[in-house]
Amino acid sequence: MTLLRVEAIDARHGLLQAVRDVSLDVEEGETLALVGANGAGKTTLLRTIAGSHRPAGGRIVFDGADVTRVRAHKRVRMGIALVPEGRRLFPRLTVEENLLVASAARRKGPWDVEAVLEVFPLLRPLRGARAASLSGGEQQATAIGRALMTNPRLLLLDEVSLGLAPVVVERVYASLAELAERGTTIVLVEQDIGRALAVSTRVVCMLEGRLVLEGPAREVTREQVTGAYFGLARTAGAAG
Amino acid sequence: MEPILAAVGIHKRFGALVVLDGVDFAVGRGEAVGIVGPNGAGKTTLLNVLAGSLRPDAGHIELDGADVSRAAAARRCRLGIGRAHQVPRPFGDMTVFENVFVGAAAGGGGPRSEVYARAIEALDACDLGGLANRRAETLGLLHRKRLELARALATSPSVLLLDEVGGGLTDAEADELLATITAFRGRGISVVWIEHIVHVLVRGVQRLVCMAEGRVIADGEPSAVMSNAQVIDAYLGRAVA
Repeated sequence: MTLLRVEAIDARHGLLQAVRDVSLDVEEGETLALVGANGAGKTTLLRTIAGSHRPAGGRIVFDGADVTRVRAHKRVRMGIALVPEGRRLFPRLTVEENLLVASAARRKGPWDVEAVLEVFPLLRPLRGARAASLSGGEQQATAIGRALMTNPRLLLLDEVSLGLAPVVVERVYASLAELAERGTTIVLVEQDIGRALAVSTRVVCMLEGRLVLEGPAREVTREQVTGAYFGLARTAGAAG
Repeated sequence: MEPILAAVGIHKRFGALVVLDGVDFAVGRGEAVGIVGPNGAGKTTLLNVLAGSLRPDAGHIELDGADVSRAAAARRCRLGIGRAHQVPRPFGDMTVFENVFVGAAAGGGGPRSEVYARAIEALDACDLGGLANRRAETLGLLHRKRLELARALATSPSVLLLDEVGGGLTDAEADELLATITAFRGRGISVVWIEHIVHVLVRGVQRLVCMAEGRVIADGEPSAVMSNAQVIDAYLGRAVA
């Protein structure tokens, strides 16, 4: 079943067009890796899906409903959760409080503080610690946990490994694999393409605001990804 | 090739973070060199060190054989290091001509008639002649980028530093900008160009340098650098599939 349909989205930042006519379907239960160079439009596309950036054109359809004009907080209630780049925790609140803040917008579902601590055991001894005192990896776990607290059907992750030590990245990605196994639909923006492909079912590559490559994560070759990423092989793969 | 601008043994750190870790870089007279590298590689920091807007912790900068390490950015501009920024910030309520005139007066100096002629020449070189009397804030993105180039060109640079000037343009617009920049070389101006849009950059430079984690990891003919396994790993992480 198609959970998310992105239809001919254009998105701008002032004079700059960040996303150009992007169309994309995300099937329920799949993990989609969204890759591309700096400035390709990945974050803007994620934010547009989440409702935190208003598109200049096109439609976002979630679970059959047109949500293009639905505000971000209402999309959370419908089941769309974004883990933004940079994590954006409430620094003075504790880990547990950061998680509980999100439950104000929660849907019915299995996720609660205990369930989050089970997926991220590193947070268990820190539940009373202020977010500001956490390491990067602990903050990232808290940010993902906060999104899970809303019981999302679609989890949007923006550069969750940025600035984290490799061993911490391993841990975060192990948790993502577990979430995917539980049936959560995930769209993942990631610079480390090898890592992203390892947990994804499908990959799309953006270049200067457009989709330039789309395919099953297992079948896409390194040459195809490289060509699409740098725009050096404009014919590589099927354009979306 | 005799270098016009060189960075020798540059180290720069921000707190605990080492951003430039012993970088040697040079651009020859009349040469166009591109610099690529993943986020955080140190490209913009290197450009800032070359331009004089950032002081390195160690190493020195030579312009035409002279050590300019102690010269501030404005002085280096007058000595011949021009710069175009990623986000053009023209004086919005001044005309296109007035904006370029500021560059010509501040950079190249000289008698007013010369400054005037240089501004006009820069406008023409960047295909802005027809828009000279437009207020800068009314320009679209491509024309703003052209204006940014014209302002830098009007300072009479021997080296032009370009910081991601191609971002946000359509393919056709990027091609237009590329033609303008390529023409600078016909004027004997050397170019150092940082750009994420690699397929545009490789057509505009003779040599490509790739940086990662504060070091130069590849230097050579553009297509060879872009197919270098170490370069691809630096961008894409460990081997795919």
